[in-house]
Amino acid sequence: MPTLTIDDIKVEVPEGTSVLQAARQAGVKIPTLCYLEDVQAIGACRVCLVEVEGAKTLIASCTQPATEGMVVKTNTGKVRSGRRTVVELLLSEHEGDCKVCSRSADCELRTLAEDLGIGELQYTGEKTKRLVDQSTPALVRDTGKCISCRRCVTVCNEVQNVGALFAQGRGFATLIGPAFAQDLSDAVCVQCGQCAAVCPVGAITERNQIDEVWDALEDPTKTVIVQTAPAIRAALGECFQYPPGTLVTGKMVAALRRMGFDAVFDTDFTADLTIMEEGTELLGRLKKALVDGESVALPQFSSCSPGWINYMEHFNPDMLANLSTCKSPQQMFGAVAKTYYAKKIGVEPEDMVVVSVMPCTAKKFEAARPEMNDSGVQDVDIVLTTRELGAMITQAGIDFRALPDEEMDAPLGISTGAADIFANTGGVMEAALRTAWAIVTDSAPFPFPNLHVEPIAGLEGVKTASVKVTGAKGDWAFLEGAELKVAVAHGLGNAQKVIDQIRNGEAEYHFVEVMTCPGGCIGGGGQPRFTTNEVRRKRIEAIYKEDEGRELRQSHENPAVCALYEEYLGAPCGELSHDLLHTHYYEHERV
Amino acid sequence: MSEEVKQCSCCEEEASEEELLARLDEVIEEYQGKPGALIPVLQYAQGIYGYLPEVALKRVALGLHKPYSEVAGVVGFYSYFSTVPRGKNLIRVCLGTACYVRGGKQVLDAIKSRLGIDVGETTEDRLFSLEIARCFGACGLAPAMSIGDEVFKRVRPARVPEILSRYNEVDAEKEGVVNVAG
Repeated sequence: MPTLTIDDIKVEVPEGTSVLQAARQAGVKIPTLCYLEDVQAIGACRVCLVEVEGAKTLIASCTQPATEGMVVKTNTGKVRSGRRTVVELLLSEHEGDCKVCSRSADCELRTLAEDLGIGELQYTGEKTKRLVDQSTPALVRDTGKCISCRRCVTVCNEVQNVGALFAQGRGFATLIGPAFAQDLSDAVCVQCGQCAAVCPVGAITERNQIDEVWDALEDPTKTVIVQTAPAIRAALGECFQYPPGTLVTGKMVAALRRMGFDAVFDTDFTADLTIMEEGTELLGRLKKALVDGESVALPQFSSCSPGWINYMEHFNPDMLANLSTCKSPQQMFGAVAKTYYAKKIGVEPEDMVVVSVMPCTAKKFEAARPEMNDSGVQDVDIVLTTRELGAMITQAGIDFRALPDEEMDAPLGISTGAADIFANTGGVMEAALRTAWAIVTDSAPFPFPNLHVEPIAGLEGVKTASVKVTGAKGDWAFLEGAELKVAVAHGLGNAQKVIDQIRNGEAEYHFVEVMTCPGGCIGGGGQPRFTTNEVRRKRIEAIYKEDEGRELRQSHENPAVCALYEEYLGAPCGELSHDLLHTHYYEHERV
Repeated sequence: MSEEVKQCSCCEEEASEEELLARLDEVIEEYQGKPGALIPVLQYAQGIYGYLPEVALKRVALGLHKPYSEVAGVVGFYSYFSTVPRGKNLIRVCLGTACYVRGGKQVLDAIKSRLGIDVGETTEDRLFSLEIARCFGACGLAPAMSIGDEVFKRVRPARVPEILSRYNEVDAEKEGVVNVAG
């Protein structure tokens, strides 16, 4: 345990701690840019420079290990001037107009310039080459704004195991992007937007679709309805200076109503529906395997997360049969809204516009998939990220913090607590277990306290649990005594680890939940910046609180979902369900 | 292994696409799972093809389980790698510090005007490609240039036509030998 002195403060830190981390422990703030806690410390940007006694030059504190007796100064003339020069040089290459950049309010480079007291730019010269890539439905890249911090490269390669982005070329000509300046649409990119979530500047952002929504809302011939994903309510408040983990469900509904949506609905409704379908599908697979002796793909993988679907199609196409055929809740919503609900209110599907608010960029891609048109037209028309909704509320001149709490509309706004927890890692599995248990045992008490499956909660990359079935009844008696094994992974790198275990026969599961983004949807690529593990935890706490505050906490108890089956769909996994709520997948190349 | 590859790149007979891929697959198999495999495999691939075509790069990415973006990034970083076909003889003019001060730039200009090509280009008859190098460790012999594996020292611009034509002759001679043997 080395002890060092930082700005005259003595601090003892564990072996292997960097000077930057030690300074944070001592309460000394060192500015950073390329650094990403727990993900990247590479000393690329040189903003975190400090003076170390005995060293000839200034040292990047993020890569410098703290050693016994080290004396560090973080606030000397040399340090201030060094950091300023570094940021001025970055600014001299940076192409873009801060006045109208989508990141002007939360740009880390601009904030640094201000914090370091940079008034005028003394360096002028060549700018970074500008290539604007608008090839995908989800993301827009602008290489001119890129400062080559490599955060996106590390997240794409090491956290997500995708590798769409890498440094191309050398020296000043280096551009971060796919191979040979390819468009993102030609590269293997799962559109998860984790790159956009970590980009410190405006070099990678979601495709902005705000004006499309305004146009729809102003079109008198259209019935415009909106669905909001469970993760939005725990994060949207951050766009209006609420601390992370503040639930703003009621204010969000009020804001959407004031913006002019004809009905404000909840993706939670179709999250409950997903549990009915996906749970039934899983029990069906188990019955086929254990009773009928049929060969059937197990484990079943969850299919709610469109980045994960893209990942499977490209990286593990031989295991597509393991994916649940259930559409994601977003797409189930579109299909149900433009059939069941449209009929109910007497509107033709082509006159209805379904807008989604998602924590996700891949949802934009998913909505645009050509097969997602089971209502006869595109089921979900426009997808906004949480950030875009925040911006729209501001554009509308709505004082969000002053809004009253309002309720979602019926019937597609009615939901249970099981749907809320779709927002975080472990939530889909927990919701599925709650309902599967009730179906199999005819509603015997759930074997975990307070309906929470503790072993699969939290931010561990891969979590597992096993549930012994007791009290199985009727059709499901064959499961009596069986041990149901489940795994939960978040972040595609962790998902690949589970797949490799399954492939190598090192582990055996019946059901695996995968969410593309670290922490699940609450950490999605479309959420307010900046998402750290601490922010993830707070958003997850909020989601559990939302669940626990509900009267109904199990999907099969949702009265509106029960009515949907009675009035329209028939039974879960029935013929109409199959047509509207299930999908198929395509094999793609890995390179 | 390296000798074998050299034979391939100088081979007079054109190998079929399948044969080239089969050779590349052998190399990939040998290096699979080994740390630091990417650069040597790319070197062999360039030896096999004479340059690095897309088909080879994608094969390498798949075979070594590397993202295509990373393979492209490495290829783009090192000037040694080329993604466009090169002429039979690759001219590299050193513009490292020592060669630059001793007139490497003038040597380069002389070659450019003699061959009518710019850096990174290939003559129409596919005989020469021209590239610049950043020091091949022959600073004492500056300015230096190389054609294929042969290094020329203390080159003056006036010597350029003679060096190039000599290379032409060597080439002609070699073909003559092949003809006699055939």
